[in-house]
Amino acid sequence: MSPELVFPAVDLRPILPMLVIALTAGVVLVLDLLPPRERKDHLGFVSALGVVAALVVTYWMTFSTGGGELRGFRGMVVLDAYALFFNIVIGYATGLVLLLSMDYIRREGQESGEFYILVLLAALGMMLMAAAGDLIIVFLGLETMSISLYVLAGFFRTRVEAGEASMKYLLIGAFASGFFLYGIALIFGAAGTTNLDRIANAVAAGAGRDPLLVVGLGLLLVGFGFKISSVPFHMWAPDVYEGAPTSVTAFIATGSKAAAFAALLRVLLTAVRGAPADWPMLLWVVAALTMTVGNVVALAQQNLKRMLAYSSIAHVGYMLVGVVAGGAFGNGSVLFYLLVYTFTTAGAFGAILLLERAGQEAVRLDDFGGLASRHPLLAVALSVFLLSLVGIPPTAGFVGKFYLFGAAVKSGYVWLAVVGVLNSAVAAYYYLRLIVYMYMREPEGAPTVLAPSFSGALALAVALWGVVQLGVAPGPLFDLAQAAVVPLLR
Amino acid sequence: MAYLLTLVTFVPLVGAILVLLLPRRQEHVTKLVTLGTTLVTFVISLPVYFRFDPTSADYQFVEQRAWIPSLGVSYHVGVDGISVLLVLLTTFLMPLVLLSSWTSVESRWKEFAITMLLLETGMLGVFVALDLFLFYVFWEAMLIPMYLIIGIWGGPNRVYAAVKFILYTLAGSLLMLVAILFVYFQHGLATNTYTFDLPVLVRFVIPGGLTQDLLFLAFAVAFAIKVPMFPFHTWLPDAHVEAPTAGSVILAGVLLKMGTYGFLRFCLPLFPQASMTWAPWIFALSVIGIIYGAWVSTVQPDIKKLVAYSSVSHLGFVVLGLFTLTPQGMVGGIIQMVNHGLSTGALFLMVGMIYERRHTRLIADFGGLWKVIPAFSVLFLIVCLSSLGLPGLNGFVGEFLILLGTFQVHRLAAVLATSGIIFAAVYLLWMYQRVCFGEVTHEANRRLVDLTPREWAVLLPVLLFIVWIGVYPTTFTTMTEPSVQALITQVQTKAQATSALLMPRP
Repeated sequence: MSPELVFPAVDLRPILPMLVIALTAGVVLVLDLLPPRERKDHLGFVSALGVVAALVVTYWMTFSTGGGELRGFRGMVVLDAYALFFNIVIGYATGLVLLLSMDYIRREGQESGEFYILVLLAALGMMLMAAAGDLIIVFLGLETMSISLYVLAGFFRTRVEAGEASMKYLLIGAFASGFFLYGIALIFGAAGTTNLDRIANAVAAGAGRDPLLVVGLGLLLVGFGFKISSVPFHMWAPDVYEGAPTSVTAFIATGSKAAAFAALLRVLLTAVRGAPADWPMLLWVVAALTMTVGNVVALAQQNLKRMLAYSSIAHVGYMLVGVVAGGAFGNGSVLFYLLVYTFTTAGAFGAILLLERAGQEAVRLDDFGGLASRHPLLAVALSVFLLSLVGIPPTAGFVGKFYLFGAAVKSGYVWLAVVGVLNSAVAAYYYLRLIVYMYMREPEGAPTVLAPSFSGALALAVALWGVVQLGVAPGPLFDLAQAAVVPLLR
Repeated sequence: MAYLLTLVTFVPLVGAILVLLLPRRQEHVTKLVTLGTTLVTFVISLPVYFRFDPTSADYQFVEQRAWIPSLGVSYHVGVDGISVLLVLLTTFLMPLVLLSSWTSVESRWKEFAITMLLLETGMLGVFVALDLFLFYVFWEAMLIPMYLIIGIWGGPNRVYAAVKFILYTLAGSLLMLVAILFVYFQHGLATNTYTFDLPVLVRFVIPGGLTQDLLFLAFAVAFAIKVPMFPFHTWLPDAHVEAPTAGSVILAGVLLKMGTYGFLRFCLPLFPQASMTWAPWIFALSVIGIIYGAWVSTVQPDIKKLVAYSSVSHLGFVVLGLFTLTPQGMVGGIIQMVNHGLSTGALFLMVGMIYERRHTRLIADFGGLWKVIPAFSVLFLIVCLSSLGLPGLNGFVGEFLILLGTFQVHRLAAVLATSGIIFAAVYLLWMYQRVCFGEVTHEANRRLVDLTPREWAVLLPVLLFIVWIGVYPTTFTTMTEPSVQALITQVQTKAQATSALLMPRP
């Protein structure tokens, strides 16, 4: 008598958006083997279409489920409003990166189908992190994302900096994964489970005082700290950002950061909320340091990709202000800021990657001298993105910061908000310096030329739309972000 | 009429979009469209004056609609006696400024036009906004066009001046942002209605003591930088000297008024207790500014820099008047804001005209202009006299009222401030003497051309108002008096309520 095989009823709805991305990746993989083999444009378009489909599915699920949550795989995957909001962020990031990459990688002579597949797989990992209901799934998503990004960072094989970027990213990433995994092990030791909800129960039952859990949480925070590049775990960011292809840099800065924040917030809010550990005070210090170090070091940068790397560190600091503030308002503003930051940063990197000078990418400040008289539209677009990074109204960056610092003031962290706004004033100097170069200097030397790219222009238009629309009418999406975190706070 | 203010504020924005769509080669059309837009804006803004009810202290032409409802942010605009003149001053100066830039802006006229029009929307928005969020949006957004105007069309050291201008003002206003948020949440926690609406927030009594002092200082520093008050004035000479004529006129005529307007609209009604506590300090800084600005002006070799420092002196008078909390002082302060916009604006316009002819602004390079260009010299004399407060011209009215108000509350300040008027006569007349009287000392000056019809068209409207306000100021003072009276009453009752909160209970 053989034992009867019982197939559990598998509900695929909780992974529907991810499924769309995975299927697209599969389709692109097959299409890559079919002719035409010399041009790969269509692969980029198919990938972008897949992302659009995932976005549509996400929007549809957001409005059809009405705030309910779908759990699958024995609570390992949770597709709730929170995960769906992050799917939107990640979807926009991936879509923008794909559009920006198409002509760019051909221009650099590195066009291949693998690029698009890796971007899609990274996006899959990111979405998985956002929907993880279990630390193991967080780790699974983290690795899926990271390994794809390690390869993408070194995609321009012929460049020395690309090798450095990829190697550094891999080594430091592996290091971070080690911390992360060890943290999971310790938490498992203390709580007897890796499921976030059951950890919360164990914490409520008294495991929160277990030193094992406290140390485990600390190690998890270190792992997340690496991924979001907060001080003191930020050292890899400038080198990786500089060496990676610019569109991949944009992806690392937006998508991977959003995914890491998604998992970080979910762990902090659901699993260890009852733990007596004083993590808000710890994060207060980390936030203040991250903002300050990022902005001060960015002042000295001549290479735009490095400058934006330090600026992205500073922006992580601003977002941590929202995490410290906590509550629906604070965490909602972090979610909202991630969306704002995605449009802004993808746009800024996108504008930079469309330019080249003497066959090289134009990434140095003096490459932008007098750009406004040569390419007025691009200069205007880049200026809008920079002003959004400074936080000047009526761009999205202003509203985002307004919410973040508002949350800090609301929760009584007035001085953290003061540190934040003073940092914004420092940051204004280096963002505006690029505007000075574009508008107030004459071009010198070889001309900086604009590489024609329809998909790139489309990406910039989408990013510009996002920055302006979220700046002028932020209400609906902020309400969505806030509604997404409310269920986690129960 | 409900849309009137919205129309006035956003017509320049529409004009900017229109100019953006024009082809670059059509420079003449661009100029006409730009000038046309500002003229239309001025004409549309006239009903704000004519239909304004001068007997009422309430906000008029009010429009309010929800903007970000979850946060209590609304699009709320309106004018009262305090802001109505400033709105008109802005729409009045803009066409003149553009006309003055007709030939002096040599490159990128299209971009210049767009930037100026965006600036106009920003400035008007600041004066009509009655919601703190909306106000802050306009307040900050307006920095960028001014930054570009100084940085792109300015003099040799323009980049330094532009960056200094924006960093100074940004640093100040960011602290104000935190204070705005703090007031918002204080009010929200106390009343359970979260709103940025100014008329609602001013009814809320913020506990006195350290909290209110810090909030007051956060707002006051932002406004003091903008005014600029001593010792926050160092960005002003750089910005003025490097800015093109249009930038200088708008900077002096309108932008500096935002600081004084901010004191009136926000600091006094929101933090009455702290305003009274800090008033002696403000008096001291104002008097220092008046005398210091005048002294530094006296020794400037550059006419434009002289006029720039004179602004520090003149705006010291304005702030002095506002913080007296007497009807005379405050009405004088408001009238003096307009006067300074007209007189100093005209001074900058005329300095720009002479610079366009000779490409120098050094006093030593001129002399004997009266013989060469008499019409220019006569008008220049009138403008100088109006700026130094000659009775019969506008400057006298404002300064007299301010000193009258100050004398009632602080005699020493009034006495010291009066010396500023004497010093003003010294630096302006001495400069005028060296520029216009005597023999023609430089050959290059013999060939100067007198005012062109376009330049007459720029200056005559300003002169009209300089004389009008000087002879019959009642036209304008009556509009402001009810609002000022209401503001004083409100500040005093609220300050008492704040003190009552601090009193130990029996």
